[in-house]
Amino acid sequence: MTGFPSGSRAQARAWHFGMILAGIGVLAPIVSLLGLAAQGSVEHWAHLLDYVLPDAVGQTLLLLAGVGVLSAGLGVGGAWLVTAYDFPFRRTLSWAMLLPLAVPTYIVAYAYLDILHPIGPVQSALRAVLGYDSPRDFRLPDLRNMPGAIVLLGFVLYPYVYLTTRSMFATQAASLLEAARLLGHGPWSTFFRVAVPMARPAVAVGLSLVLLETLNDIGASEFLGIQTLTVSVYSTWVSRSDLAGAAQIALVMLLLAMLLIAAERHGRRRLRYTGSRRTHPVQARRLRGAAAWAATGLAAWPVLVGFGAPAAYLLVQTGEWLLISGAPSPRLLRAGANTVSVSLAATAVTVGLGLVVAWSARIMQRPPRWLRALPRLATLGYALPGTVLAIGLLFPVMGLERGAALAREALGMAPGELILMGTPIALAAAYTIRFLAISVGSIEAGLTRIPSSIEQAARLLGENVNGTLRRIHLPLLRPALATAALLVFVDSMKELPATLLLRPMNFDTLATWLYGEAARGSYEEGAIAALGIVLAGLIPVILLARMHNRKTA
Amino acid sequence: MTSPFPPTSRLARRLATLAIGLPLLAASAAMAAEVNLYTTREPKLIEPLLNAYTQQSGVKVNTVFVKDGLLERVKAEGAQSPADVLMTVDIGNLLDLVDGGVTQPIQSEALNAVIPANLRGADGQWYTLSLRDRVAYVAKDLDIQALHYEDFADPKWKGKVCIRSGQHPYNTALIAALIAHDGAEATEQWLRGVKANLGRPATGGDRDVARDILGGICDIGIANAYYVGRMKNAPQDSDSYKWGEAIKVIRPTFKDSKGTHVNISGAAVAKHAPHQAEAIQLLEYLVSDEAQSLYAKANYEYPVKAGVELDPVVASFGALQVDELPLTEIARHRKLASELVDKVGLNR
Repeated sequence: MTGFPSGSRAQARAWHFGMILAGIGVLAPIVSLLGLAAQGSVEHWAHLLDYVLPDAVGQTLLLLAGVGVLSAGLGVGGAWLVTAYDFPFRRTLSWAMLLPLAVPTYIVAYAYLDILHPIGPVQSALRAVLGYDSPRDFRLPDLRNMPGAIVLLGFVLYPYVYLTTRSMFATQAASLLEAARLLGHGPWSTFFRVAVPMARPAVAVGLSLVLLETLNDIGASEFLGIQTLTVSVYSTWVSRSDLAGAAQIALVMLLLAMLLIAAERHGRRRLRYTGSRRTHPVQARRLRGAAAWAATGLAAWPVLVGFGAPAAYLLVQTGEWLLISGAPSPRLLRAGANTVSVSLAATAVTVGLGLVVAWSARIMQRPPRWLRALPRLATLGYALPGTVLAIGLLFPVMGLERGAALAREALGMAPGELILMGTPIALAAAYTIRFLAISVGSIEAGLTRIPSSIEQAARLLGENVNGTLRRIHLPLLRPALATAALLVFVDSMKELPATLLLRPMNFDTLATWLYGEAARGSYEEGAIAALGIVLAGLIPVILLARMHNRKTA
Repeated sequence: MTSPFPPTSRLARRLATLAIGLPLLAASAAMAAEVNLYTTREPKLIEPLLNAYTQQSGVKVNTVFVKDGLLERVKAEGAQSPADVLMTVDIGNLLDLVDGGVTQPIQSEALNAVIPANLRGADGQWYTLSLRDRVAYVAKDLDIQALHYEDFADPKWKGKVCIRSGQHPYNTALIAALIAHDGAEATEQWLRGVKANLGRPATGGDRDVARDILGGICDIGIANAYYVGRMKNAPQDSDSYKWGEAIKVIRPTFKDSKGTHVNISGAAVAKHAPHQAEAIQLLEYLVSDEAQSLYAKANYEYPVKAGVELDPVVASFGALQVDELPLTEIARHRKLASELVDKVGLNR
């Protein structure tokens, strides 16, 4: 069946079995949500249709459209700028543009509200310059509205687009760019008629991550006063104690997200990376004088807004706090250690499973329809709000716990504590299910650049499925695997809602610590935890950037 | 040196020991004096109380802070749940736990003696630990001495009112109380009036009300009183202190009553509590003089026990006259309150 030599059939079966297991893991919480949704009545839909949904759908679509356009513009524009042109600080900026990835959206929202508040540094300085005494006499428009939310989310999330687009430009753009230049296209015409169309598949990958993040964002949107669909899931559940109703809305949203993903795949079904040819890197055109510095400014702008200002704000706040209170407490340091270790564990499992799913799909020949859909299903976890996913996960996890308790009883052992919920295992499982989409996506993208002729060659030379993977694909996939690992790690570290619900007792991560500080209204101490998240996220982001730079150099 | 076992079987024995030993270890840990607290309240706020309890009783307190989904988690954990004490900062959430069947009735003379009958479940399923009055923050230089909650809808405050999300439990409880006092129709009108008066979207936290009053965005707002204790007791050069200094507190009343709306922080013993005795002991400690005084002086909440000395900032607001409406009545209207917020579009 597989066309590989002896032993391969059994090996392929093992891969498929692994893929099915991963699929079951992802489907388990969704099935339990379906169960929950089925228990509820549908009465509340009349209320929702009359008073909530028209507005929430409109706001959600507006937010998605705004963030989508802004992050695509920043991501593609930035990627093109650092690929096609040379200007001062280009090398630094080409990795610095990834930095906003390290900052969770809710931290950016907090920080900007403080920076731009009428009594914050910017407006205070402005008043001093203009000669006003009180914010009652002069103040700028408030940040807590739709434009504010679009700008903040756009500037924080654009790196997903930048990352995917840039590696595409770096490896594929050279010949087309040269052709365009030879044919006399100017810089703008080259950008819009060559770069943008060429980038479409890469933009689609990055943009779908941006849009799903935006759709499921609760911290920043709610803080900025935007009533999205996700926010209405929360008020149905929390304020009206109607979990079944909330599950119903969440599942409808999931359907929308699936349509989004399907549309994205449909849109690029005929688009293929050329891949097989090893092309030379793009010859960047050196800019001079004012144009060069304008380019520097243009590329630096998103970094300053998405990372520089909030990070500087956190540094100042942390500095002030350390002056008052001395060193960070041992418990905060332990929260840092917890964050890193549980995120690392989740990353290892997520990337491993991602490889299983992607490789299994790759070696599948004439698969049944339902099996072909599995890799797509594996990405569902990312399309649900974190808390909803966590609620869905509670039931299967506790099913396993009960099984373990029964087993212990049957063996005549004392009933122990909870194995999954009493340890961070349930948490790591939640991260894995949530971020499997990122890992499968990155690895699949990596695999599509490896032509299938290589597998045929390996097969002819007598190599089996596992040997082919080990000796040929894994080495070629290394950059894709590293990208997957780093993105999953950073996202796990920032994860808040599922962490709050599924963690064991006496267990803090930096994100829950920060949330706790914010919940009791001591932002100053929260700043140090926020800075911890940013710093710990910085390391993988810089590694990621160095890797991409090496690849392009 | 020869081992009595060949290497593989030694490994097998070790694994077997581990497999048997781990659950035993866990079981023995469960038998040591400890009590497990699941809370929707940030545990660091009550840490001084828990530490004092541990010192006095030798019982270790393990905590997990769950924001949303406390009921769902305890329900799912079922009979295996390690939870002993469940704590919330909203009467609605507390009664949800009772209705969800994850609490158990307990008998305690000590609790019954301290907590007034209207602030605990008749069957011993839930208990109030502290009171949290929802008050008006008013720009310091405004000449107002008294307010009704109904006044926040007065058009004279157009563009001058600050409040957090209408769907936050603190606000749904207040709106539910308004429904009980003035009726659903009048409350809907009130919400429309408040919406028209908003100086910025209904979002953020209670402390943002003070900050936005300092920032000139609003003149009056609705928020919990204890935040003012925290802000005014903060270090003098901190931002919090400046926010707190920008406002004064007025305890509003309803038009048809002399009382101020109060929500509670409260607790219940979990249905499958493995340490039931310690759980009751912890609750009893939390209403002792010492703990109630810590609530008042470290958290600036209003003690449920009468006669406990207040923090000077809180004492400066005067004696708290609690609205006579039973808490269960407030919880009953919560769903309608939340629906009215949607209907009026307060958060839009």
